[in-house]
Amino acid sequence: MTAVSPASSLDVPPALEVARLSHSYGSRKALDDVSFTVAPATFAVLLGLNGAGKSTLFAILTHLYAARTGMVRVLGHDMARESRLALAELGVVFQSRTLDPYLTVDENMLYQGALHGMGRRETRRRSRDLIARVGLAEQMRSRVSALSGGQMRRVEIARALLHAPRLILLDEPTAGLDVKARADILALVRELVARDGVSALWTTHLVDEIRDVDQVVILHEGRVRAAGLAHEVTAKTGTATIADVFARLALAGGPAA
Amino acid sequence: MTLEAGKRLGFGAYGTCLVGIVWREGLRFLHQRERFISALVRPLVWLFIFAAGFRQTLGVSIIPPYETYVLYDVYITPGLVAMIQLFNGMQSSLSMVYDREMGSMRMLLTSPFPRWWLLTSKLIAGVAVSILQAYAFLLIAWFWDIEPPSPWGYVTILPALAVSGLMLGALGMLLSSGIKQLENFAGVMNFVIFPMFFASSALYPLWRVQEGSPALATICALNPFTYAVELIRFAFWLQVDWLSLAVVSGCAAAFLAGAVIAYDPERGIFMRGGG
Repeated sequence: MTAVSPASSLDVPPALEVARLSHSYGSRKALDDVSFTVAPATFAVLLGLNGAGKSTLFAILTHLYAARTGMVRVLGHDMARESRLALAELGVVFQSRTLDPYLTVDENMLYQGALHGMGRRETRRRSRDLIARVGLAEQMRSRVSALSGGQMRRVEIARALLHAPRLILLDEPTAGLDVKARADILALVRELVARDGVSALWTTHLVDEIRDVDQVVILHEGRVRAAGLAHEVTAKTGTATIADVFARLALAGGPAA
Repeated sequence: MTLEAGKRLGFGAYGTCLVGIVWREGLRFLHQRERFISALVRPLVWLFIFAAGFRQTLGVSIIPPYETYVLYDVYITPGLVAMIQLFNGMQSSLSMVYDREMGSMRMLLTSPFPRWWLLTSKLIAGVAVSILQAYAFLLIAWFWDIEPPSPWGYVTILPALAVSGLMLGALGMLLSSGIKQLENFAGVMNFVIFPMFFASSALYPLWRVQEGSPALATICALNPFTYAVELIRFAFWLQVDWLSLAVVSGCAAAFLAGAVIAYDPERGIFMRGGG
């Protein structure tokens, strides 16, 4: 298995463990023997072009599909055998907007709380804190349809954290946002990881969202082409930036690092 | 797993989840007033125009549960109530396809509760909305002098509405799993809703259909919607039609089981996708 983080210790399970995962649609292989781990309290990036298999991987990680072969563990809970425990530790931000536009921010949060078995009082208390933290306290009673794209994303991030998960998965969360909104969302998630000790797996095809100290998994044509800390991957491949690595490994279909 | 998360997956949390899903469906319904109005207009057009026109030309003989001759508009009222539930079930199905395309279905399915419970909760939420619509229709029909032999009919119809609503909602849910895109939904109107409604006892008693076409009468007798109509008709007249109750309950269980299988992560609708 490709260890993304060297920081994982024996007594604390990785936030996410993916081992020998393969998945096909008929004869088309979408994922081929994918393995990597994400250590607790880290910001990891899953990098890949459109069609690399990111969406399929994301759907398996969130239990929308069951893996054909291989294993997914969230905080040590097997997604196939202990899906309830695994999903309870997972917060998700999908690429497409998943807020109900007919409801207010507050009502969307209450609905999400119910989906995780949280009572209204507990949900309201946590919602107030989280929505204030993403800078939208004034919009708590606004209809979602009245919010901008960046504001909706902020609400979705707050919602993903509502049940206090220890791992959040974000599928291209900056897609369709302007430059400022993109930077704000990225900074917000990085701050959550740094301050709260939450782990994040950030899926993207935009290399400028990656820092040297981030953990990176490069996926291309359903296979992991490189994994590790960004600066280690660049050093190992003798390239200057992760963009060069991405171009060489993914676009040219080069060997795994 | 954190202690908080562990507590939230206990028995009581199932109820919290159910209440939350029903509450959200109710809110959506209230926020979409046009949906409520169109749900009422459809059966009212049938009652005020179609039934009024046929009142003089179409006689209904004394058939159970009726003990006297009844006017045609009294006869078709249970069929129109069932029609409300049929359309509501298909509307829920449509909204599930929409939710799946828009992504909000994904949020529901990433809840830690078992998928059968999430789908059952969604089904119950749809049934609750359809019962509200049915009572609103019966209230208007009351002003049209259509009422049960005793006010208790409004109470005894409730369990019948619950069971028939479950069957029609579960059918809609099952159908939604087989529809890949919203554009394909028109086929449901043509191949499910209209045949189910017209090939049933909603508009005319089966003995009359038998006189006109024995083959059509057989189809009507095999149509589960016929039993939903009869269950509601008998319940409104303070009686129980046990055969209808058995058929409707059995079909509800079978359709729900089919929907749970179709939405199972191991084999269902999402497995046919790509990405």
